[in-house]
Amino acid sequence: MTALDNPTTMTRGHSLRRFVRNNKLSTCGLALFALIVLAALFAPLISPHDPLEQNILARLQDRSSDHILGTDLFGRDSFTRILYGLRLSLLIGLTSTVLALVFGCALGIIAGYRGGWIDSLIMRIMDMLLAFPTLMTGLFIVALLGADVMNIVLAITVTILPKFARVARAPTIALRDREFVEAARTLGYSDIRIMAVHIAPNVMGDVVVLASLWAAYAVRIEAYLSFIGLGVAPPTPTLGTMIRDGFNYILDAPFVSIYPGFAVLLVVLSLNLIGDGLRDAIDPKLKTHDERERP
Amino acid sequence: MTKYLLQRLLSTIPTLFGVLTIVFVIIRIAPGDPALAILGDNASQEALNAFRERLGLNESLSLQYWNFLKGLATGSLGVSMVTGTPVVKAIAEVLPFTLELAFGAIVVGGVIGVPLGILSALWRNGWIDSILRVVSLLGLSFPAFLTAILLILWLSIEWSIFPVISTPTDGDLWQRLYHLILPALSLGLIMVAYIMRSARAAMLDVLGEDYIRTARAKGVAGYRLILHHALRNALIPIVTVVGLYFGLLIGNAVLTEIIFNRPGLGKLIVLSLNQRDYTTLQGLMVVSAVLIVAVNLVTDLCYALVDPRVKLK
Repeated sequence: MTALDNPTTMTRGHSLRRFVRNNKLSTCGLALFALIVLAALFAPLISPHDPLEQNILARLQDRSSDHILGTDLFGRDSFTRILYGLRLSLLIGLTSTVLALVFGCALGIIAGYRGGWIDSLIMRIMDMLLAFPTLMTGLFIVALLGADVMNIVLAITVTILPKFARVARAPTIALRDREFVEAARTLGYSDIRIMAVHIAPNVMGDVVVLASLWAAYAVRIEAYLSFIGLGVAPPTPTLGTMIRDGFNYILDAPFVSIYPGFAVLLVVLSLNLIGDGLRDAIDPKLKTHDERERP
Repeated sequence: MTKYLLQRLLSTIPTLFGVLTIVFVIIRIAPGDPALAILGDNASQEALNAFRERLGLNESLSLQYWNFLKGLATGSLGVSMVTGTPVVKAIAEVLPFTLELAFGAIVVGGVIGVPLGILSALWRNGWIDSILRVVSLLGLSFPAFLTAILLILWLSIEWSIFPVISTPTDGDLWQRLYHLILPALSLGLIMVAYIMRSARAAMLDVLGEDYIRTARAKGVAGYRLILHHALRNALIPIVTVVGLYFGLLIGNAVLTEIIFNRPGLGKLIVLSLNQRDYTTLQGLMVVSAVLIVAVNLVTDLCYALVDPRVKLK
């Protein structure tokens, strides 16, 4: 195979480098995301307060020099709670995205490579999972299994896994009959090795772009679940729970729910910026098609 | 067309069947005994048995599955474990509220999103496009509850134009519309971002087509070119995208309803979750999945109706 056969692969490295130089939005997204991750990791160093420390006398206070984002209904420091809440959001969001990526791609590649009834079976099951309204799948799983970190991760993984399977399957079908795959087969390599070593790396370009967009969605699902009351149990701070609790005081102290709301927005926005930029850099022609696989 | 329609209809049957099976299995493998959950730990053995007997929980799984499918075939989703009323009735009472909210959001999304998407495409890579792309990314990233909270603060509390809590009273159409506006706006603003992006992409695709060049060469220009030649063809993918996002829309509608304390699927879901009303939950899952499958089917059919090329594939 000559490089000319596949111009997209040939220029991919170049565009990535060019992207970092030229694409300001994505670089902003990356910087913002890095900042958020660092803030969540070093939460105890950044904030002097304890996320669980209550002070009823100082409840529902607006911004002050001591509490830079005010306090909640128990007088706990909102800024500190947001930082700790971000930890959970990022942990759950990223873990479930990675799990969905690994298992979803494996299923998609197997379906695309094997074809036939295996393909039909896997993709039909994926179609069935996609038939439930987004959010509802997660909602029901958590509601029935119980709200803890493991189950929430499982719920989000199941929700977004079918999308990865679909995105991985399409290029696999195109790659299946290419010369380098046939060569590997002629050499007697096992199917598993061909899928893992020869096909998977070629599929990853498309998948990784979507992964950042789906991570953004995963973070949002976690916030939605805890907003509905299906999040990690209190007093552990989660952004969704903070918003829900603050919502009861929206007339007197709207800031209690607004700041955590903006924290969710920032995380999601940073991931969306990264994903959008990566996609434009890797393959601008994909735009219309990908719009449909977007969360 | 008839052949395609039949084919497409038939192909949804296995999906629907699988979806129903998934719902049945998920509800059954959930830990915890529904009888205990609803009657409480202090319930007597007789009461528990009677409860199980009434809901058919003592039957074998295969018989329960058969009864579940038989019920569905006759349009029954069983009775609520808590209230004892038919689940179909409880859902039918609130479904119109969710659907009118979803429809309102699509209207808001379309009315604002399509023109903005066209603007973005026409001035591709210009400053309008850049601003609109940032705005749409921001819109995509907005959590449903934040939009709602900001709108409530701004339009209900600051300006007192709309009620904080949306309780549509039945009968009066104007009252109902008035209570719909704020939630629909809140949900619709999220749709604006999605519709704007697909409108932009669709317009860019269409504007590059040969027939647009031909129209230009023939001297068609301005509004006529954009509205008659380009937009008409771009509408197909836009409609498809709305159909594809219907699942997301319903999910967000559920959240919006909870925030605005509006009757609808959202409130029913939260209520049944809290009461551990498994049969109502099962019914809700069935109805929402069937709804999505139906919308996908209709979207596909619309697509085929407008674009004859689809059928050939």
